[in-house]
This record gives sequence, C-alpha cells and structure tokens, in this order.
Amino acid sequence: MTPSTLTRHMTAWAQATPMAAVFFFFFLVPLALVVMVSFWDYNDYEMIPTFSGRGYTETFEGCLTRLPEMCTMFKTYAKTLKLAALVWALTLLIGFTVAWFLAFHVRSKTWQIALSLVCTIPFWTSNVIRMIAWIPLLGRNGLINQGLLGLGLVDRPVEWLLFSEFSVVLALVHLFTFFMVIPIFNSMIRIDRSLIEAARDAGASGWQTLWHVVVPLSKPGIVIGSIFVLTIVMGDFVTVGVMGGQQIASAGKVVQTHLDALQFPVAAANAVILLGVTLIIIATLSKLVDVRKEL
Amino acid sequence: MAEPAALELAGVTKRYGPVVAVDAIDLKIPAGTYCCLLGPSGCGKTTTLRMIAGHETASDGDVVLGTHNITTLEPSRRGTAMMFQSYALFPHLDVVDNVAFALHMRGVEKAARRKRAMELLELVAMTPYAERLPSQLSGGQQQRVALARALVTEPQILLLDEPLSALDPFLRVKMRAELKRLQRELGISFIHVTHGQEEAMALADLVVLMNGGRIEQQGSPRSVFNEPASEFVARFMGGHNIVTTVAGKVAVRCDRTRLARGDGPRPAFVGSIEYQGTHVHIGLRSADGTEYLALVPERDFDRDPFTAGSVVSLEWDETEAHPVA
Repeated sequence: MTPSTLTRHMTAWAQATPMAAVFFFFFLVPLALVVMVSFWDYNDYEMIPTFSGRGYTETFEGCLTRLPEMCTMFKTYAKTLKLAALVWALTLLIGFTVAWFLAFHVRSKTWQIALSLVCTIPFWTSNVIRMIAWIPLLGRNGLINQGLLGLGLVDRPVEWLLFSEFSVVLALVHLFTFFMVIPIFNSMIRIDRSLIEAARDAGASGWQTLWHVVVPLSKPGIVIGSIFVLTIVMGDFVTVGVMGGQQIASAGKVVQTHLDALQFPVAAANAVILLGVTLIIIATLSKLVDVRKEL
Repeated sequence: MAEPAALELAGVTKRYGPVVAVDAIDLKIPAGTYCCLLGPSGCGKTTTLRMIAGHETASDGDVVLGTHNITTLEPSRRGTAMMFQSYALFPHLDVVDNVAFALHMRGVEKAARRKRAMELLELVAMTPYAERLPSQLSGGQQQRVALARALVTEPQILLLDEPLSALDPFLRVKMRAELKRLQRELGISFIHVTHGQEEAMALADLVVLMNGGRIEQQGSPRSVFNEPASEFVARFMGGHNIVTTVAGKVAVRCDRTRLARGDGPRPAFVGSIEYQGTHVHIGLRSADGTEYLALVPERDFDRDPFTAGSVVSLEWDETEAHPVA
C-alpha cells in the first residue's frame, strides 16, 4: 500500500466516523440495552439484573396451551397487523394517485415543486394537534354528526366515527400518506416520458400504460414508501391511543402500558418482539426490489 | 406484412400558442419510399413526424395514409409505428417482452406473442439476446430491438426520429446500411428524421429539406444536391460555393469550381491547402473576405500544385451555376 492510498483510506474512515459515532451511541447502544433489559428478571416494583426469560414467557403466557383460541398477545398483533395493512393499502392508493397526478399531469417544474410543498403544510403543526383536530369534526356532537342529524339521514349520532378503528385508520392515513407520496413521486419523475409515448404508440390504453409501465417502474418508490408507513404504523401508540380513545390495543400500546407500570423487562421484551416482526416485514419488502440500487 | 400505402400531408400546420412550428406543409410520399426529413434543429421536422405518428395533433390540415384520413386517430390505430430517438425501450422488460409489448396490449396470448417477437428478433439478428434487459445491450443492439418492437404491429409506415444520432460514427454507417436493407425487404415507407445531410443523401429516395417550419426543397438526393433551390439549401447540403455574379447569386459545386492561375475576373487568395486523399481541399478568400472552397482531384493538384498565398481566379462551366434566390 503506497502512502497516498493509505492517506486516502484514513480520510475515508475519518469522514465516516461522525455518522458512525452517532449511529453507535444513539442506536446500537440503546438497542443493546433494550435487548439486555428484556432478559432481566423483575418483580412488582423493581427490575432485577439477573438473567431470566420471564419478560418473554409472560408476554406469551397461554399462547400455546390455549390454542386454537388466541391469547392476548396474538390478538394484539392481529389487530396491529390489520391496522397496518389497512393504513398501508389506503396510503398506497392515495399516495400513488397524488404522485401520479404530480408527476404526469402537472406539466411545469415550478407547479410540481409548489404542489409538493403544499403537501408538506400539514407538517407545520405537530402530529398530536393534527389528530386532535379531528375530534370536533368526528365527535358525538361533532360537525359530521350535526350535519347528518340536521339532514335527517340518521336519528342518533353515529358512534363509530370517533374513538374507533375507523378514526385510528383515518388519522394514520392522514398523517402518513405524505411518506408514500414523496418516494413514489421521486420514482415517477425519473420515468422517461418517451416510454409513455412508446406504450401509447404500441396501443396501450391509459390503464394498460399505468399497470404495465408506470407501476413496475415506480416499484422502488412504492417499496420505500411502504417501509416508511409500515414501520411507523407498527410502532405507533400515540395515534392509536388518542384516536382509539385508549380502548384499542396495538403492539406499540402494549409497550407503552408496561412502561407506565414501570415493568421495564416486559416492556423491553415486547419492544424486541415488535422490532423482530417489523424487521421481517421490511426484509420481505426488500426482497421485492433492490432498494440500494435505486437510491 | 401490411400493405404499403402512400402518405399525404395537406396544409399540415402545428401552432404552439403564437408560435408556428410547422407552417402549412404539403407533402406526398409514395408507398415504399425511404423519405428523409432533413433540416437544422428547430425546423419542424420532428414535429412533423410526431404529427404523422399521432403524438402531436395537427392544428390544421390533414394527414392521409392510403385512403384513410388519420389526422385525429390514436397513434396505434393509424398504421404507423414510431421508433424513438432514445429508443424508449421498457427498462423493466427483457428484449422479447419489449418486442411483444404491442401484442400483449392487444391481448395476444403469451406463447403466440413470444413466437412472433422471436421472428422479428431474427429479422434484426438479435435472437441470442432475447432474454437480456435493455440495460445489458449496447446502443446498436438497443436500436435493433427498438426496430423490431416498432415493426411487430406490421405498420404501413415506420417513423424514425433521429435513429442514428445516439450511435458512434462507425456504427452509424453500419446501421444506416441496415435500415436501408430492411426498408427494401419490407417494402414499406420509412420516414426518417435527421439533421445530417450525409445520412439523408445516403439513405433517401426522397429528401425533404425543411427550414423554419416550411419545406425548403424536396426531391431525390441528386436533384436537391445538384439543383439547390435556395442559398439555404445549397449551404445546408454543403459542397457548394455561393458566388455573387452580375445575374445574382449562384451556387456552384466545390468540385466543379476550377482555379486558374494569376489574376482573372474572380480573384482569390489561396488560404489553406488540405490533403484529403482523393481530393485536395483548397480554401480561398476573396478581397471582400468571402470564403470559398475548391476540391481539386489529387492528380490534377499534383500536376501543378498551388501554394498558400498565391493568387488564383475562380472559374466554372456556365451549366454548373445554379441561380439561388
């Protein structure tokens, strides 16, 4: 190795160090601590630093013995996955449509940028405020119920509008559609316009062009957006709590509940399980497309 | 293969707001013609091609193919097919699926469309590459695939938008010959947009030289080259000297421009002398600064060489002078 390549190696390492340090101290170390604590023993009021699998065994208590009936843990995960799937499908549908409109129907670059910025306006306020804003609209005496009652369409206020799965999904879709729009839009603007013309020249209808050309070429964006949305929704507890009226269980909510009860080892065990499930989802999605190649 | 058909443009115009890109052009292309739309960039040649293809709608005028007025038809219903400048191959589909794309859209079942696609790949000698993705092909190979893809619908006319411009010079000459061979074999018309006069002369039965949205001159390559109708044509086709005479401007081919020694009626200084093999290119400059070029055959030059700085006089046979407006 000549001195110059040695210097170059040193420079490369030096340049990578700050990011590596941040990654190490603020991600790897806390993660290792969580895994460690998840294997600690505990009693009602303190954790005991000796090795124990109680955090996990109590989480899955009765899950195997009571089959085919589902234990609380499985029910919670089923609910969480159902929410995630619903939110994913809706954000994908809406996000794809918005991105399609921005990329293919807005002709000028200036308007594309302007409208993309419009999409970010909701992010000027916090998540919690954006959620709470739904309450006067969806509540028992909210605008929608007043409207429906006023029009005589219903004779009692509709109950499922708020503090229900419906409101949770609505709020999550509202909050996270933008995370679908941007990666899909980014994939779409890279599609050569002459490909669309070539498809039209070959006799493809609008839907055929969409399905056979635009969707396959937007796949990287779709996968990246899906990873964003699924990981956020899988771990969410604030939205599920606020919009579900603290009545809906989700994987994130379980962790939060145990934390509130100062049951750190069980909370940590649940966090590790959630991380595992989420990683499996991401690994599956990453199989569909080589994300690294597209960045 | 589909029946070859004649194409006629009648008063075809394209306006973008106040800008007139193509200005009421009339053009008849007989069936089975290799036609080159030639001109500098921005002359309206690509817009004309796109109006024939149906990717632009004519603001005015009619496009008639055979006996059908196709002015407002969908691109795929016209009997035309287009080969795009950058080939526009679908990057996510392999070569066979690219070629079979149009058949797929028409609902032809998989085995049948793949069989047909393989036949076309054989036509362009790309059979061994059938399973590759476009990104794994060279420029020339991509072009062959694009050609096969355009031909799969059995068009009556193939439209080519600067098909050779992305290739290196060596490949360009090779593919040029192949395009011509293919056109002869298929017997359909090719309409080929180019800004290279050499390419147009090598390929075309009919050269249509455009400028500023109008047709400046059309005809066989020989007639356009030998009888330029305007100074623009003479300059664009090259190989001509534009000389101002008492009767107005005339164009004289450089290789028919003779040089006489000593002072004469049209004196000029010998500026540069470049040996080019068969000919020697002699750059000349007259007293008023106008530059000329004379191509002297090597043997004639060797017999009596000129030297830089000497004074000569330009001469030509009267029959060689073509008045240009």
